[in-house]
Amino acid sequence: MEPLPILTIPDERLKQVSEPVERFDDELRRFVEQLEITRRHGPAAVGIAAPQVGRFQRICIVDCSITRKPVPNHGHLVLINPEITHWEGYEVGREGCLSVPDYTGNVIRATQIRLRAFDEQGEEHEYEMEGFEARAVQHEIDHLDGILFIDRVVSRRTDLFRRKVYK
Amino acid sequence: MNHWYMLTLTGADRPGIVAKVTQALYEHGMNLGEASMLRLGGNFTIMMMVSGELEAEALEEALQPVARSLGLSLHVDEMEGGLHRHLVPNIMVRVSGADRAGIVARVTGVLADAGFNILDLESDVAGSPDKPVYLMQIAGIASVPLETLEAALAPLRKEGIEVNLSPVETLVG
Ligand SMILES: [Zn+2]
Repeated sequence: MEPLPILTIPDERLKQVSEPVERFDDELRRFVEQLEITRRHGPAAVGIAAPQVGRFQRICIVDCSITRKPVPNHGHLVLINPEITHWEGYEVGREGCLSVPDYTGNVIRATQIRLRAFDEQGEEHEYEMEGFEARAVQHEIDHLDGILFIDRVVSRRTDLFRRKVYK
Repeated sequence: MNHWYMLTLTGADRPGIVAKVTQALYEHGMNLGEASMLRLGGNFTIMMMVSGELEAEALEEALQPVARSLGLSLHVDEMEGGLHRHLVPNIMVRVSGADRAGIVARVTGVLADAGFNILDLESDVAGSPDKPVYLMQIAGIASVPLETLEAALAPLRKEGIEVNLSPVETLVG
């Protein structure tokens, strides 16, 4: 299977709000497979969302098991109609995006989230996440709502006041 | 888009500097590249990549009137390089402590010896005039493990310089 072409800025379609998935069928599962191939094809992406390949449905994939420094994670996750039910804390972190080539910036995200989502079989799951994985999920869900990280980038100096102290 | 120039403008801060300078550039058909604009100690500072048809001298002449009217000193350098050459940092260094001479040189000296490449450095003095607190954040690329840098910086901690290292994992999604 070939990777799908990725929409990049300033493509207006990236601002579109995606629709919930209603049918959990073979066609959906084939698409999820193709989305995963696309994620792996690019430069080390930990996540990808369906609208990035021009399918405006609430589907994304997150996999934080491959980071340089290991982070707490739930492995490979297919998240369909995901909903964050609880947020806690905030932290500045650096983000880039397959749809925004050659640019990275600092973004404030919740450090802990509770998440409800369906998998590609239509089964519902609940997750508690923190740190990098929670950030990845928030980045992907933003895509489903037509929001890019560049809409949330904070000034370099913001880090000064929000810095986390490492002991 | 033949040449890239590095434009430096500095002077007392006042509203409208960016608007007037970029308007003048636009009127002379110049394009903007990467830029850093920042208020430092009550001054406004601009470092900006611009490109276009003008030669360095003509560019300086074109900007001199607006620079003079805003009380800015102007400097134009022809530069090598261009856009899309970003490097992504993998380590963040944070320094804080009582303001003292040599603190920047000490920290950056240790980092340089360890082969650390600084991409972005911000330093500031917070606190009050009688109790200044020195703060510095450095984002950069280390070619050695974080632990090696930690060990190299350890002697500084004994001198009372607070320095923290953290990995920067850039999320791509
Ligand atoms: Zn993205």
